[in-house]
Amino acid sequence: MSNVNSLLNDPAILRELIMDHYQYPHHHGLVEDENYASVHMASDSCIDDITVQSLIRDGKVEDIRFDGVACTISTASTSMMTDLLRGKSVEEAQAIIDTYFAMIEAKEYDPDVLEEAVAFQNVYKQANRIKCATIGWKAMDQMIAESENKG
Amino acid sequence: MIDVSRIRNDFPMIRNNPDLIYFDNGATSFKPQCVIDAVMDFYTVHTSNVHRGDYAIAAQNDRLYDEARKSVAKLIGAEAKEIVFTHNITASINQAVYGLRNLVKAGDTILVSEAEHASNLLPWFRLAKEKDLKIEYIPLDAEANMTVEGFRSAMHEGVKIVAAAQVTNVLGSVQPVREITEIAHSYGAVVFCDGAQAVPHMKVDVKELGVDLYGFSAHKMCGPSGVGVLYGRYDLLQQMDPVFMGGDMNARFHKDTTVLLKEAPVKFEAGTPNIEGIIGTGRAAEYLMEIGLDNIHAYEKELRAYFMEKLSQLDNIEIYNPDNVYGPIDFNAKGLFAQDAAGYLASRNIAVRSGNHCAKILHNVIGTDQTIRASLYFYNTKEECDRFVEAAKDITLENAVGIFF
Repeated sequence: MSNVNSLLNDPAILRELIMDHYQYPHHHGLVEDENYASVHMASDSCIDDITVQSLIRDGKVEDIRFDGVACTISTASTSMMTDLLRGKSVEEAQAIIDTYFAMIEAKEYDPDVLEEAVAFQNVYKQANRIKCATIGWKAMDQMIAESENKG
Repeated sequence: MIDVSRIRNDFPMIRNNPDLIYFDNGATSFKPQCVIDAVMDFYTVHTSNVHRGDYAIAAQNDRLYDEARKSVAKLIGAEAKEIVFTHNITASINQAVYGLRNLVKAGDTILVSEAEHASNLLPWFRLAKEKDLKIEYIPLDAEANMTVEGFRSAMHEGVKIVAAAQVTNVLGSVQPVREITEIAHSYGAVVFCDGAQAVPHMKVDVKELGVDLYGFSAHKMCGPSGVGVLYGRYDLLQQMDPVFMGGDMNARFHKDTTVLLKEAPVKFEAGTPNIEGIIGTGRAAEYLMEIGLDNIHAYEKELRAYFMEKLSQLDNIEIYNPDNVYGPIDFNAKGLFAQDAAGYLASRNIAVRSGNHCAKILHNVIGTDQTIRASLYFYNTKEECDRFVEAAKDITLENAVGIFF
């Protein structure tokens, strides 16, 4: 097991990662560019309200950005997603998203694929927060599906 | 003053969850054994429909149903014939709105407030759209309180309906309903009052308030879910059309489509009602009156003051309604999203509500669109407040995220 992976087994480190992504979210703030797809996600059971933008071109996720008002879990999980999926091919991105959803649903998954996002491995134990941990990911899942329909 | 330890014994939810601190009473309340028994007995001892059987058990249920209406009437100082049973206060409001539709015409105004729950806004919004009415807002202060002067300034000849809560569901502001109603009546307007957060906690007398229509839910006042009440001034109820047409509410009908309805309140209660729920609601009303609404009110006020004093000493907590003497306490842990803080409290076995509490335009008034609402009831204790404050001290980002590990 590599050093990075052993760090990702340490709950204290995972907690720090979530806090860090919440306080200093990555790829935060939207751009005005009509080449970007955009999905507005407003959870109906809580007040998370975020917008995710993506630039998918030639089968590649070139950029992902997000903004909005949301809880720690929503913000940090979306922030980590932007790190994970940027620069990946659409197929790779879809595989990561599917793995993430498998983890959230407490199914079998490969933690190496998810890197830092394994921080959300216990969310399934708090059913009312599953929506928070998936809100940004669902937006991206939707945009990939739409890009494939267009393509 | 009331004997809280004895009262707590009446509630199986408390006995079965001795470590739970339930401060989400604004959402719903626990049920005492006597209410549970009243509901259960209907299932196990005297099941039947009402108003249509010729046998002894059916007659017993007719009697229990009518007694429930009397108990609820007594609870709010009304006459039994002025009490309509619905399925929740939302149904009560929708019935009120539907019933008033023929009393308004295009260009008329409905006066509401920004502190209202969705259920006391959206039905009016739809009526306004359908009948081309105007919606206007009663001015509020920073803690969402209405003032008599503010109301007077908003009132004018065009206002035909005023809709407001007696106690608002987020901040617990007690609105000057009697004074408002007097002013509204001097302009000939009809007043609907939402009593969902009032009836469980204080002595309400609809005649003293003078309101024309008044609604509340049973489940927030120790009664079962699925029962709402609509009080209406009798002559007004007689003028109103029912939302639902069907069995039991008609006197006779003919092939040529003419229908003769029964008198109010029965004309509003189409179909088989929630019989056991209504019987349980009657029992809940009796239970509250046995303890005494004034006693409940005084105890809750003292408990709230105690809780507020302790909670306001915490540096990490910001309180939005410190000057209210009544109702829920709304706060946030500084720098934390409300749901994260509520999640941490849940990990300490504390139940509160986080979010915007269905009052989605209130943030215009109080400057935040999400809070934690801690709402007390007469079975809560100072010891619970102490434990709550201890837990609230520990609400930090680190601890809030820590619940996931």
